[in-house]
Amino acid sequence: MGRTLAEKILQRHCDEAISGPGQIARCRVSLVLANDITAPLAIKSFRAMGAEKVFDKDRVALVMDHFTPNKDIDSAEQVRGVREFAHEMGVTHYIEGGECGVEHALLPEMGLVGPGDVVVGADSHTCTYGGLGAFATGMGSTDIAAAMATGETWFKIPPTVRVDFTGEMPRWLSAKDLILKVIGEIGVSGALYKALEFAGETVSAMDAESRMTIANMAIEAGGKVGLFPVDKVALDFAKAHGHPGCEPMAGDEDAVYERRLHIDVSKLAPQVACPHLPENVKPVGEVGDVVIHQAVIGSCTNGRISDLRAAAEVLKGRKAAKGVRLIVLPATPRIWRQAMEEGLFTVFLDAGAVIGPPTCGPCLGGHMGILAKGERAIATTNRNFKGRMGSLESEVYLSSPAVAAASAVAGRIVHPDSL
Amino acid sequence: MIVKGKAHKVGAHIDTDAIIPARFLVTTDPDELGRNCMEGLEPGWIKRVSPGDIMVAGENFGCGSSREHAPIALIGAGIKVVVAHSFARIFYRNSFNMGLTLLEVGELAEQIADGDQLEVDTATGVVKDLTNGRSISCQPVPPFMQNILDKGGLVPYVKERLSKGA
Repeated sequence: MGRTLAEKILQRHCDEAISGPGQIARCRVSLVLANDITAPLAIKSFRAMGAEKVFDKDRVALVMDHFTPNKDIDSAEQVRGVREFAHEMGVTHYIEGGECGVEHALLPEMGLVGPGDVVVGADSHTCTYGGLGAFATGMGSTDIAAAMATGETWFKIPPTVRVDFTGEMPRWLSAKDLILKVIGEIGVSGALYKALEFAGETVSAMDAESRMTIANMAIEAGGKVGLFPVDKVALDFAKAHGHPGCEPMAGDEDAVYERRLHIDVSKLAPQVACPHLPENVKPVGEVGDVVIHQAVIGSCTNGRISDLRAAAEVLKGRKAAKGVRLIVLPATPRIWRQAMEEGLFTVFLDAGAVIGPPTCGPCLGGHMGILAKGERAIATTNRNFKGRMGSLESEVYLSSPAVAAASAVAGRIVHPDSL
Repeated sequence: MIVKGKAHKVGAHIDTDAIIPARFLVTTDPDELGRNCMEGLEPGWIKRVSPGDIMVAGENFGCGSSREHAPIALIGAGIKVVVAHSFARIFYRNSFNMGLTLLEVGELAEQIADGDQLEVDTATGVVKDLTNGRSISCQPVPPFMQNILDKGGLVPYVKERLSKGA
């Protein structure tokens, strides 16, 4: 009997034999992550557990990326508490200020996460590293505190939903459109408690950044993880970023999958998730006449260099419409520098964009792009819940960088081809 | 544990931003989080709630972010039990870790109306609706999670393991 990719990766970190879905297994973790919102609670729980030191000072990452650079005194105090804890524990990867980036773009870049790892993070989008073939999942702060103290955690072995993508991607179609299409098909609870496993010829030809964009939104279908095979793409990425990698791995064809989906991408149009759930997905041409007031390009979903290049390709020689705030946030300092050196910032500035520091701020209505009552945004972020980006009476539409950029220019949601 | 209280009904896919919006995440204090519980769904919601009341929800309750502030806000608001069609995965773990009991009743959640008086036995998984006289049975809490609840949550559970050097 074949095995799913989730079972294969977990088995590498578990002493008992993994037999199938439903089993509760204790696994060693490769890295434990928390941020400026979730680390303060994790530290509180860690101390209440009577823990005195972290299991491995090199395998805990504390990334101050949500309300930073700190937006107010309370958020500054939270970061101060985390900084002091990191110092006390001798945590190697405490990251703040000019070194800081959006955690899920930063950690792969630093080689701290990669193929074959088990990663737990106090952030729901920890599933991003599934793009590199890591079993990576979000948990709450107290689960993370326990993992920081013991170096292990428990998992209920998930059933798997397998998604095979076939066909060649047409122009303007991106990884974001594929994951929006999947969420539109199966719904926001379609993979509840389950693993999503992505395969197929389209995936084989897909770069690591695109894979991370897809894995990032597995949680928006309720998924525990979104997994891509450990193949040449994943192993080359690992090598280039100083991660040790592991043996190649993929889900077996004869594994028991709870459900299988086949999506032919060759005729797919760019997708948009309409308010107020990521499953309200339509092809961009069917969204209707939607006027926007803000466009945000960035986040752990779409703030990587390939995303900024796609946005710049659309924005080159064009301007954001009057009345539209265009906000561009490169996700890490390295991406920021690369965008600057490639001349993308000139394109963005000429288009009238605000270029911000790497931060999660606007995605969760934290800071740097909050919506007022009646305002509407298109964003390359991952959630469009009611009030997510500000006022309860605002609206967020989710799209790819190309569609967000085109919509900024048009002042309404449009296909890049229509400019 | 037997909990008696009024049902506060919400719909499907209630996310963690609805339970506790991001702007309140500059504290970890349960009372302060409790005062702002459900602000993202309905401003002033907390005014209608008395300690011991029971949240009743549709499918996928607690979807969205990993913020443990969400179960803490519900506990801070005086809620000890949530009865729902189903729960989001991270919220499910967080709630048990924090000592908030969750019961998954599937479509039977629809039989409970907003404002009904409920009596919930968390050990047997029986939810009695005292207003309409109906009784709902669901899977009680799984033994592994019950063990964590019995210890008082994940903090005392791990504390015991650390002290034993396990």
